[in-house]
Amino acid sequence: MTDEYTDNKLETKAADSSSGSYTPPAEAIPAKENPEQELYHAKSFWTKWVFCQDAKVIGIQYALTATAIGFIGLILSWGMRLQLGFPETFSFLGPATYYQSVTMHGMIMVIYLLTALFLGGFGNYLIPLMVGARDMVFPYVNMVSYWMFLVAVLVLLASFFVPGGPTGAGWTLYPPQAILPGTPGSEMGIVLMLVSLSLFVIGFTMGGLNYVITILQSRTRGMTLMRMPLTIWGIFTATVLALLAFPALFVACIMMTLDNLLGTSFFMPEIFTMGEKLDYAGGSPILFQHLFWFFGHPEVYIVALPAFGIVSDLISVHARKNVFGYRMMVWAIVIIGALSFIVWAHHMYVSGMNPWFGFFFATTTLIIAVPTAIKVYNWVLTLWRGNIHLTIPMLFSLGFIVTFVNGGITGLFLGNVIIDVPLSDTYFVVAHFHMVMGIAPLMVVFGAIYHWYPLITGRHLNQTLGKIHFWVTFVGAYAIYFPMHYLGFIGVPRRYFEMYDSPYMTSGVGLNQFITVAALIVGFTQFIFLYNIFTSWYKGEKSEKNPWKANSLEWHTPDYPPTHGNFGKELPVVYRWPYDFSVPGTDKEYIPQHVAPSEVPTAKAEQT
Amino acid sequence: MSKKELNIFKLLAEKPWEASQAEIDNQHDGRTLDLSKAKLGVRTIMVVSTVIFSLFVVSYSDRMLVHDWRSLSEPWLLWINTAILILTSFVFHKAKIYSEKNEFEKAKNTLLLVGFLSFAFITGQLLVWQYYVNLGQYVSTNPANAFFYLFTALHGLHVLGGLFFWARATMKLFTKNYNIFKTKQAIELCATYWHFLLIVWFILFGLMIAT
Repeated sequence: MTDEYTDNKLETKAADSSSGSYTPPAEAIPAKENPEQELYHAKSFWTKWVFCQDAKVIGIQYALTATAIGFIGLILSWGMRLQLGFPETFSFLGPATYYQSVTMHGMIMVIYLLTALFLGGFGNYLIPLMVGARDMVFPYVNMVSYWMFLVAVLVLLASFFVPGGPTGAGWTLYPPQAILPGTPGSEMGIVLMLVSLSLFVIGFTMGGLNYVITILQSRTRGMTLMRMPLTIWGIFTATVLALLAFPALFVACIMMTLDNLLGTSFFMPEIFTMGEKLDYAGGSPILFQHLFWFFGHPEVYIVALPAFGIVSDLISVHARKNVFGYRMMVWAIVIIGALSFIVWAHHMYVSGMNPWFGFFFATTTLIIAVPTAIKVYNWVLTLWRGNIHLTIPMLFSLGFIVTFVNGGITGLFLGNVIIDVPLSDTYFVVAHFHMVMGIAPLMVVFGAIYHWYPLITGRHLNQTLGKIHFWVTFVGAYAIYFPMHYLGFIGVPRRYFEMYDSPYMTSGVGLNQFITVAALIVGFTQFIFLYNIFTSWYKGEKSEKNPWKANSLEWHTPDYPPTHGNFGKELPVVYRWPYDFSVPGTDKEYIPQHVAPSEVPTAKAEQT
Repeated sequence: MSKKELNIFKLLAEKPWEASQAEIDNQHDGRTLDLSKAKLGVRTIMVVSTVIFSLFVVSYSDRMLVHDWRSLSEPWLLWINTAILILTSFVFHKAKIYSEKNEFEKAKNTLLLVGFLSFAFITGQLLVWQYYVNLGQYVSTNPANAFFYLFTALHGLHVLGGLFFWARATMKLFTKNYNIFKTKQAIELCATYWHFLLIVWFILFGLMIAT
């Protein structure tokens, strides 16, 4: 293999000697066309840890902020469950509090926790390390992105303390009710929510710019797009989706803010309240729904695609086997991303649309099942005859597959107009979307944290607490959401504060109490996880370098955990994809991406 | 030695695990597109802005079908503003050509003219707002008004954002020691962005005239 590249060798030497650095005794290394990145070197505590431009620190800042607000979302869900399981028991829960909890829980979990954690947290930490870059391409913009996110979170939190409290319009914020009196938080809460979302979108666009351009332009030598770990493919596609979808949310937020503050009628139809005609006229609430769901449906995949990517890598590493059908996995990610822009109206089947319109969206929705099914088969086939290590990341990955299949199948039902119409206002939908975009991505988040925690801190998380965390979360999630499907079938409507003595509820009372108890237990377990994260930071078992024997670049930095600049003096050169596990013909169990062919001369390519 | 993946279908057909593909891949320099990161950044921003403005145009087209839509009459001031914006774009192009020819003194002066014209444009837009307000055409008077104010405000904010980067590029020319390559690039990218804003304005203004 080496003989053919004498020319390049010369070129390489010329390029390297000019920069005065050491030339590794390597195979053909092509001339370096990417100039070295100028890094900002922090000098004081403030620039190193607070206003930091290092993507790794920004990633941790993002993750901690998202986790903090996520726990508030968790506590809000307890409030809802207490009300639903034991109505008229808790004096602090009135209808307003209930709707505010529902709204804030939904918005926090979807946007401020999952989106920020996957793209801002994992994206920032992993992208430069996995593609072999020293940092993001625009570190300063990246830092501003985090601070915008923090301000967005603070504005959101501020809405808890304004007169009228946070908005209670439901996480979809549908006008006209979102800004009319009678809806909790219609005074200041809704404005702060809209402002916070707009800030989030601006901040995210800054970050997304970094993720996309770093992945496209700043990879190390030899790292072709098709040699990138699937984690990066997932984050990349999700970021592209977000850059194209978030503007819809931004537009909707601005127009609704104007409707609220300046009395315009973008979304507000003619309305009479208490016998008096309001100044609004002619606006279209359906237009808002279209804008919202044009953002809202890609948002589902903004959360799901990074999860798909990360779980593929976790399964491959912990089953010591290459990903089955790598190319199909990439194809599926790209196709799902593209399709996600033409399915949004399946969230609006009951809005009174033209039947042909619904027919079109039902068809596209069901087509998405094809690439997603391919992915599920590929995960299962990666496990097939793999050397499965039942580590905690693997447990969470297995939990993800099961949960995702579960939520996906109920999605097939709901994608059909005729089944969706009777079910759409029931707990069946709540069960569906919590399974598919709540629990499933969270399983991946947890798995990923257990997987990469040693890389970030140099220590393992406590295994016993981790096992408890997994089993309670996994079994508990099913205890919560399985019964909800049944509640949906018997017709229990969602969004209702209380069912009183409604005949629907007679068989659901016990179930609702059961769900509430399960939710309290699962929620409590997350605090154990939090405890684990904080105590293991300084007390955890020390991890040796590359504890999972993974191939991707982030585990093979000269310093462990990786330090500023990521890769020491020389950037690594990549010679293979990250899935060379148990390659035939060699005694090495795994071959990291930067190992040159001459170091493993007998290795044969795996037949796939 | 660069291999630029422009065809996504070809790209996704690669088999990275095969020896023959590995030989090709080892030569890859890690860049996908032959563009500087700043250029790509500006293009990405323009794509995101295009999505935003397209969504407004879609909302506009949807909303104008409702019976209460009363179109605004365009004052002659708007035509003057349009002319100023065209002139700005033209002058910016001149500045770019000067900087490409390394005539930075001339580039500096043209850039100052760009700044003056841009602020004149924004002032002109504010005068249009004042004109409408004096007529009693407030933002909530009619949906057409709401869209007009929103469009012009967003477009004006984009101009202000561009002026931030214009100021950074121009200030470089006033220092003694600046990186010629970076300054040239900054001027070129700002010029592109101004052309983009002109096209956006044509579409928005055209939409207002047409309806």
